[in-house]
Amino acid sequence: MRKVSRLSRFNIASLALGLAFLYLPILILVLYSFNASRLVTVWGGWSLRWYRELFNDRAMIEAVWMSLRVAVSSATIATLLGTLAAVALSRGERFRGRTLFSGMLYAPLVMPEVITGLSLLLLFVALNAERGFWTVTIAHTTLTMCFVAVVVQSRLGSLDRSLEEAAMDLGCDPVRAFVAVTLPLIAPAIVAGWMLAFTLSLDDLVIASFTTGPGSATLPIRIYSEVRLGVKPEINAICTLVIALIAVVIVIASLASKLSSSQGESAAPL
Amino acid sequence: MAEELPGTDVAAEAAGGDAYPAAGGPLLRIEGVAKAFGTFRAVDGVSLDIKAGEFFALLGPSGCGKTTLLRMLAGFEAPDEGRILLGGKDIAQALPHERPINMMFQNYALFPHLSVRDNIAFGLKRAGMARADIATRVAEMVALVKLEGLEKRKPDQLSGGQRQRVALARALARRPQLLLLDEPLAALDKKLRENTQGELMELQRRLGMTFIIVTHDQEEAMTMASRIGVMKSGKLAQVASPRELYEAPRSRWIAEFVGDINLFDGESKLRDGHRLVIGTRDAGALVVAEPREPVGAGRFSVAIRPEKVKLSRRAPASEAGRETAINTLDGVIADICYLGGTTTYKVKLDTGGMLQASVANSARIDVDAYSLNQHVVAWFTPDDCVVLPS
Repeated sequence: MRKVSRLSRFNIASLALGLAFLYLPILILVLYSFNASRLVTVWGGWSLRWYRELFNDRAMIEAVWMSLRVAVSSATIATLLGTLAAVALSRGERFRGRTLFSGMLYAPLVMPEVITGLSLLLLFVALNAERGFWTVTIAHTTLTMCFVAVVVQSRLGSLDRSLEEAAMDLGCDPVRAFVAVTLPLIAPAIVAGWMLAFTLSLDDLVIASFTTGPGSATLPIRIYSEVRLGVKPEINAICTLVIALIAVVIVIASLASKLSSSQGESAAPL
Repeated sequence: MAEELPGTDVAAEAAGGDAYPAAGGPLLRIEGVAKAFGTFRAVDGVSLDIKAGEFFALLGPSGCGKTTLLRMLAGFEAPDEGRILLGGKDIAQALPHERPINMMFQNYALFPHLSVRDNIAFGLKRAGMARADIATRVAEMVALVKLEGLEKRKPDQLSGGQRQRVALARALARRPQLLLLDEPLAALDKKLRENTQGELMELQRRLGMTFIIVTHDQEEAMTMASRIGVMKSGKLAQVASPRELYEAPRSRWIAEFVGDINLFDGESKLRDGHRLVIGTRDAGALVVAEPREPVGAGRFSVAIRPEKVKLSRRAPASEAGRETAINTLDGVIADICYLGGTTTYKVKLDTGGMLQASVANSARIDVDAYSLNQHVVAWFTPDDCVVLPS
């Protein structure tokens, strides 16, 4: 018993350190977003001044809007394609070059973003595509699709194949069996995949800066270019809002997965 | 209950109103069906007729192809060769949902996201049944498998036995012409398994439905089935009633697979009317009844079930005054295995071999029980022996 309690004290200390390491910078950022002072490092009392200025900063608001649009559309397309790829890989007949295909699908997971960004830029230039919203969306779809495929494929892999067979036995053609049985069971993974894709897209700076065009900067690009001229407290404010948004999404996601598991879903942990 | 779910109604409904030529011909005819996975021939030329209302068991060790054959009947695998005729119609290439056949899966394959009620109703909804009819049928099925009060539970809130019942109810709900059961009791413990065997048989009789069960458990097959097909390496080794399979196995392998048996290899030496004398290495000369299909000279195995072997302290001729053409073997008790209802003695024969004898423990206090190393005479009649080609 004594050994356990000693160990747990060590655990508490390491946990506290770890959490501090992760969240202290964020806490400071949030705190200073309510700073009245213009100087980022000097505390001048509470104020919502920078939030007001932020909402008057048209360029920043446009960047936020651009980022959200890109994130939602690229996450949606990536989820669709990634789910299809996962289904093809784990459910389809063993086609020729299947191993190669799955290897290629996962390449973006390990590919340096600079290379992905550069190659996409070269492609868009070669195609003479006008760079902007759509090029960034396509680039982000390329980036995030493999993450969705990985998440969905692991769920499909843990799913008993005889469930689909039972559905077919009970009168479903293969497509209906998929919709009626498989889809509801992998839905948590699909939702998780979408949210992963959404946050990855929202977060990405490198690929977006390669593939975007003039006048359509995403939020990370905007923030990065602003910070190069010195950190404005306004940046703290927008970052705080982004953190709040992500926190809300995470809470909703965990509530949703809890709800679906309490409904008797014996889903494998995602 | 038989009036509620008559067999003819079952057939007509499942076929979507088509009248099947039920009279005379078999319900299911399997003709030269073969299926290979790569170079491995899982099912290798199986032909079999199954009559309506039969409880048929496919029995065999794992990897013998019985599950593959069942999956071909369900439509999850397409045979490479041969035909599968259901009521005269070839369904070998039909998809699972196009067949009036349902299957109960080994792991039950209940839909985890649906309640008991929705699991049972799943196939009925697909068949386009009216809502009210579905509710009636589900209630009927729930009552049939005694799951009242659990309709709203999800599969993971049920015990193993309850899940098994849901799976059965779901497979029966569409009133298939043929119900396939893939090792339906393998996941249950022994006591529950025995009860469920009885319930399955009762249900099958009451519904007048045709059941095909796949099992590796010979006791289970013997208990439930009216006919058993023993499979070995993709082929049907013997199709027979449980009694015939046990008492008249067609080969040495079947004799050993179904139940316990003593086997003595030897050569035929002498024919005397309906009697055959076979000289064996381990048990000396044995007098056996000539098999129904006459055999020539050559090498044979003599097979005797342990419960057909009697033990006594003295030679039986002086004890019972039986006819002389009897096999008596002297030996000593080498091993005693008390099993409750019976005791199995292993007798080391003076001629060299070992002989198992199973004796019923008909009295609670048995002063006559044999002890280790005791000298005994083992005897059996020629009719209790089966002659098998080696």
